[in-house]
Amino acid sequence: MKKHMSPREKTEAKWGLLFVAPTMIGLIVLNFYPIFNTIYQSFCKTGDFGKGNTFVGLANYQKVLASSETWMSLWNTIKYALIEVPFGIIIALLLAVLLNKKVAGKSVYRTIFFLPMVCAPAAVAMVWKWLYNTQFGLLNNIFHTKVAWISDPKIAWISIGVIGVWSIIGYNMVLFIGGLQEIPGDYYEAASIDGANGFRQFISITVPLLSPTTFFIVQTRIIGALTVFDLMFMVMDKTNVALKNVQSIVYLFYQYAFTNGNKGYGATLVMVLLVFIMIVTFILQQVEKRVVYHN
Amino acid sequence: MKSAEANARRNKILTQIVLIIMAFIMLVPFAWMILTALKTNQESISVNPFYIFPHNGWHWENFATVWKSYNFVILYKNTLLMIFFRVVCACLTATMAGYAFGRLKFPGKKILFTMVLIQMMVPSQIFIIPQYLMVSKMGMLNTTFGLVWPGIVTAFGTYLLKTGYEGLPMDLEEAANIDGCSVPGRFLHIMMPLTRSSMVSLGIFTAVFAFKDLMWPMIVCTNANTTTLSAGLAKMQGQYGSEYPTMMAAATLAVLPMIIIYVIFQKQFVEGIATSGGKL
Repeated sequence: MKKHMSPREKTEAKWGLLFVAPTMIGLIVLNFYPIFNTIYQSFCKTGDFGKGNTFVGLANYQKVLASSETWMSLWNTIKYALIEVPFGIIIALLLAVLLNKKVAGKSVYRTIFFLPMVCAPAAVAMVWKWLYNTQFGLLNNIFHTKVAWISDPKIAWISIGVIGVWSIIGYNMVLFIGGLQEIPGDYYEAASIDGANGFRQFISITVPLLSPTTFFIVQTRIIGALTVFDLMFMVMDKTNVALKNVQSIVYLFYQYAFTNGNKGYGATLVMVLLVFIMIVTFILQQVEKRVVYHN
Repeated sequence: MKSAEANARRNKILTQIVLIIMAFIMLVPFAWMILTALKTNQESISVNPFYIFPHNGWHWENFATVWKSYNFVILYKNTLLMIFFRVVCACLTATMAGYAFGRLKFPGKKILFTMVLIQMMVPSQIFIIPQYLMVSKMGMLNTTFGLVWPGIVTAFGTYLLKTGYEGLPMDLEEAANIDGCSVPGRFLHIMMPLTRSSMVSLGIFTAVFAFKDLMWPMIVCTNANTTTLSAGLAKMQGQYGSEYPTMMAAATLAVLPMIIIYVIFQKQFVEGIATSGGKL
């Protein structure tokens, strides 16, 4: 501590450090040490029964990057995001605009749309798996079809994406409603007097003024979607023929690190995910500068 | 030309139609879950004829059977204990750190807060293998401690409460400072009570996040008697996946408590989760 501090500043500094100590010690032990440990493990081969790591240099990286499974799972993850993010956002925006007006039953609708957010994804995925069941499922029996919703490699990724959209709509909607309420009402009044119709108002007032909210949602949902795991894990059986066309990068990580006990390979997959997310974050920051309307 | 009134009426009806269709789609999975839970095994896999509603009696006893055979009391207890300790730890550590970062001057503040931000930006999967190895080395696999471990401190909560403390007016504390009130006194008696709403948000967010988490409990609690509802469901599906009424009854039992709490404390829930910054 600096010598020229007044006694009062000194006590403040002392208390400040004391107050952040539990959190900072926790973050170092639980998060910062693990970051370096994961990096270290990605250069190691996990010994039998998890004992004795041997340093193998870049061997894991060579294996991971040469494996088509890795690239496939990255592509699967992107495909999942391509469904969940745009559809989850467009539907949520539509609902938010509708619910932002005077509507009968507003709070009931909001409660219903938000419901999936408080449900365990494990349970949600189980229910959807049952809905999608080829023989006995509700969907095929209502529409008299025989679609293999989750075991046909061509459509399984869409079916999984739909569960993602259904789960996230309410959350996006609530954020959009928050953003809409910050747009001053007199903008719309002025536009009405000038003779702009509802659609015109939406394009020239709502869209630009809502862009910070929209961008925030896009950003957080992309990052969220890239780490999807629960849906794939619960819906796709190990014997499912479409598994390799659906499994996400985090799913692959879980399988290698914890089902197969190959921590070194699992750690390497996490590093691939980390690099991937850093690239995406960087691109998003560049996009933000260009697209978002700042008042 | 149609009158403006007729137009407004038409819009209102259209709005309601869209909302009703969407609400219906959102509710179908829930309805199907409960309807299946009330059927017999035979009915659930009957295709010709296909039954939407249970046709010979509603088998409420399915819930009782599942409750007993899968030991739901233990799953509830484990989940509740994990949530309880995670919420207490998160609120306690985050409110102290949030106050210090938001209101006090101390050396190293900038670097330490940057660490908080870095933790929030990194995908959490990067922590999992070492966290698991720590719990394993401590001999704490299959314990509540193991379940709580990664959630003892929270970078997100620290950030949330720092924002909360920064939003409070400066002169409040200044007056107390002049009166000679000590730092912990100011914190406990003046500042902390004013950030109650942020604390509630953090508590709800922590609880829902812990409740929904699947990977961590599956990793540290492999024993059916020590695991949580989410991971318990995954285990059940692996073993009894084709007994559909049983699975749906289990899913219902797993989601129901949180839904009831949500419906009661709706406003706080929506706010709490909406401030989560997409971390859910």
